[in-house]
Amino acid sequence: MNQDIELKTPSKLEKILKLGHMAVTSECGPPRGSDADLIKKKAEIIKDYVDAINITDNQTSVTRLCSLASCIHLKLMGLEPILQMVVRDRNRIALQSDILGAASFDIHNILCLSGDHQSFGDNPTAQNVFDIDSMQLIQTVRHMRDEGKFLGGDNIIRPPKMFVGAAANPFADPFEIRARRLAKKVKAGAEFIQTQCIYNVPKFKEWMKQVRDMGVHEKVFILAGVTPLKSAGMAKYMKNKVPGMDVPDEIVKRISGVPKEKQAEEGIKICIETIQELKEVEGVRGFHIMAIEWEEKVPEIVKGAGLYPRPKV
Amino acid sequence: MIVASKKPIEEIIQSVQGSKRLLIVGCNECVTVCEAGGKKEVGILASALRMYFMNQGKEMTIDEVTLERQCDKEYLEEIKHMVPNYDTILSLACGVGVQFMAEMYKDKPVLPGVNTTFMGATLERGVWGERCAGCGQCILAKTAAVCPVARCAKRLFNGPCGGSTKGKCEINPNTDCAWQLIIDRLKALGRLDDYDELMPIKDWSKDRAGGPRIVVREDIRL
Amino acid sequence: MQYPPTIRIIRVPCTGKVDLLHILRCFEKGADGVYVVGCMEGDCRFKTGNLRAKKRVYQAKEILEKVGVGGDRVEMFNLSSGEGPKFAQIATEMTQRIKALGPNPIKGKLIKKAA
Repeated sequence: MNQDIELKTPSKLEKILKLGHMAVTSECGPPRGSDADLIKKKAEIIKDYVDAINITDNQTSVTRLCSLASCIHLKLMGLEPILQMVVRDRNRIALQSDILGAASFDIHNILCLSGDHQSFGDNPTAQNVFDIDSMQLIQTVRHMRDEGKFLGGDNIIRPPKMFVGAAANPFADPFEIRARRLAKKVKAGAEFIQTQCIYNVPKFKEWMKQVRDMGVHEKVFILAGVTPLKSAGMAKYMKNKVPGMDVPDEIVKRISGVPKEKQAEEGIKICIETIQELKEVEGVRGFHIMAIEWEEKVPEIVKGAGLYPRPKV
Repeated sequence: MIVASKKPIEEIIQSVQGSKRLLIVGCNECVTVCEAGGKKEVGILASALRMYFMNQGKEMTIDEVTLERQCDKEYLEEIKHMVPNYDTILSLACGVGVQFMAEMYKDKPVLPGVNTTFMGATLERGVWGERCAGCGQCILAKTAAVCPVARCAKRLFNGPCGGSTKGKCEINPNTDCAWQLIIDRLKALGRLDDYDELMPIKDWSKDRAGGPRIVVREDIRL
Repeated sequence: MQYPPTIRIIRVPCTGKVDLLHILRCFEKGADGVYVVGCMEGDCRFKTGNLRAKKRVYQAKEILEKVGVGGDRVEMFNLSSGEGPKFAQIATEMTQRIKALGPNPIKGKLIKKAA
């Protein structure tokens, strides 16, 4: 990336990335109720160790406090939230409306996602929306920001200034199309990417090579996703029960090989080692640490990976 | 064709409870092909219901007839003289036929005997799969003749999502990932570069979302 | 070879010819039990006739159970054409089963109606 930085938004994440630093983001899952303190406490734990905080959007289709409200709470605490938005539950009217809602609180980061199918969550009998897909949502936010217009064509009063992100999964099938899909997201307007959590580093490297061969690594900031394993049970569950997840046998073996009380510690170790290895991969511009319901480990991971303190911009 | 499946007999028994003279009407087209409401299924259901109600000690006449189609007034008219002899009609046609029957025989309760599900085809004997969602604006030319609206669980136009595993959808290991199918076909046709094109946002006003639909051909109306 | 006189045999070229409707109509008209005897699985000269028959027998069981006649009144058996003694044994077994179950519950109601 050239040093002459052109900032499109007031986003702190954009600034850190464009200044050439390795960025660190993490995520918090909102509570299954209206007690905002629960999300604020999680954010407190990690705030000094990350540049921006994702708030998940009814993840796994389980109904929770909405991402938008949670982001507002974080913004009011002086933090940098990343609004995650899935296209499963809202049509283009509601999506644009919520984007404006976030922008009205000066929330400057958005991650555009498809969303897990509702059959996984607590309302499998619900209708789903999918009025537009995640790639079209990326285009929509860019359109609202850069053209200052709604999808319908009318002008927006005070257009949103959002740094637009998307997810990428190097481990889903078909593998041959995954780098091309990333290129498509970049063409649609994605400016930063958070990948699915990486356990299979060689496969990730293979994907990154394809990405570099297309020159895409220079057009978008790729943050490598990592998730610390809490136990051998978790490793096996993620390996066998989560679609699009790749947990190599060696990792399962390694964590199963230590006594139960030591497994969490081993999981953190694996996570830190993974980050260290990924730092060397050309095109990786930061890390997205997903430690859902284990947010208290984020400080340890960030410190252990040599990513603390975070740059002040 | 329209694919339907038989309603559970317990549900049908509940709905025809009050009847004393029941006419079960089958349809010779789609529901015959998917073995839910054709002449044979009418016979089976009639026999089963007769046994049930006899067992209950209830006096009930249950008769059978199968029409060529129930979505054409000409065929529905064929039973014009029979209908007055019954107090209830149980139609095993798809939802279209049931409603058309009710529109023709306004003073008779018309009950459905099948659950109409989708537009699809026979994959193998005993298995029918969904292929068309009737979105009103066919894009099959762009997706190598595999429909993402009907076959992708998330109706993605720029798929696959991150849940696609070994060619199967995240929601069910037996469901094909539509986008894997699209990519495979594009490859086979030497058109994988089409994949890189961003598909535009769908106009859902032509779909059911725009309201109940009607097709009018002024050029053939008298 | 002796087998109970309570059996009425209907011969078919292959049990694949037996339709679900045939089975149900027997019970509708008051039969106490119905059983289908086909060739050994894998030996059907029409390949899948006896497999289809089995499926239909099981469908019949389900329906008869739901309408209160009883699924045990219908059964599928397989034997090869040379097994005469087994044929007799099946006949005896089925007769005993039906006798234990009692008459078809709708029979009494049929007769009442006829009167």
